[in-house]
Amino acid sequence: MPCTGRVDIIHLLNAFEDGADGVYVAGCLEGECHFSTGNIKARKKVAYVKKVLEAIGIEPQRVAMYNLSSAQGQRFAEIAKEMVDTITAIGPTPVKDSKAA
Amino acid sequence: MIVADSKPLQEILAMVREYKKILIVGCKGCVTVCNVGGAKEVEVLRASLMIDGKKEGSPPDIDTMVIERQCDNEYVETLRDNIDAYDAVLSMACGVGPQFLSEAYPEQKFFPAVNTSFYGGAVAHGIWEERCAGCGTCIIHYFDGLCPVARCAKSLLHGPCGGSADGICEVSKETVCIWDTIVKKKIAQGRIEDLFVLQEPRDWRTARDGGPRRSIRETLAE
Repeated sequence: MPCTGRVDIIHLLNAFEDGADGVYVAGCLEGECHFSTGNIKARKKVAYVKKVLEAIGIEPQRVAMYNLSSAQGQRFAEIAKEMVDTITAIGPTPVKDSKAA
Repeated sequence: MIVADSKPLQEILAMVREYKKILIVGCKGCVTVCNVGGAKEVEVLRASLMIDGKKEGSPPDIDTMVIERQCDNEYVETLRDNIDAYDAVLSMACGVGPQFLSEAYPEQKFFPAVNTSFYGGAVAHGIWEERCAGCGTCIIHYFDGLCPVARCAKSLLHGPCGGSADGICEVSKETVCIWDTIVKKKIAQGRIEDLFVLQEPRDWRTARDGGPRRSIRETLAE
């Protein structure tokens, strides 16, 4: 996506519905969005999805928002590893009978 | 417009978890405008229910549709061909919607997915406030278009109470004392005398106190 501002709640939920163990959104640094507030909007949507997961009884840590600039390749790799470690510690998704499961 | 808020997901799950074939019906009217029951929200609810169902090992079969208005029978009628195919129907319209659906399809089970809150408007992106109480006898011409019936916590008609401080109502820091606003506006316009008019006791029979109301346009009704 050209901007995390385009990320919608349904995109994140669809990933979980299809069996994703975890989903993270990597947006630009706060205050540096080319479209002013795209990354702030994405953060709110991630927070909303955390609440949905909690209500269903799924670990909210399975969805996360990260902020970094496009010049931070190393940080991007760190974030990926951090997220993988988090999900590995939690275990596979309890969402069964899904395409990806 | 009518403003509503989403019901907590757990409340909705408790209502429909036992059903295997569910129809979620959105509305393109007020609930679309206040982002609680339109096409987007219908899909978010469908996905949420599916995630829950898959987690529990028995995902429901869910269809979705969004009709023009659930408060008009001509649009409610568009559900007739398929309504019997479902175990339950979740309406994402205001409280009017599920009732029109329930009256049109007495054999089906209907559940509300939103809490209907008030008549109001958007004061900022994502923020709605109450403006009208639907009392049936509008008197806001006495108050420069501002309504103390809907916007004063006590519906006072002769000025602010002792709970007004710095323009804010004691009920909540988020609530403007509408009487403070009315008085300041009258003073600014040099028309404070307007407020010296004695307001007769109101006849609340035109509001909810008179029971469910009906509105008839004689030029239209047959």
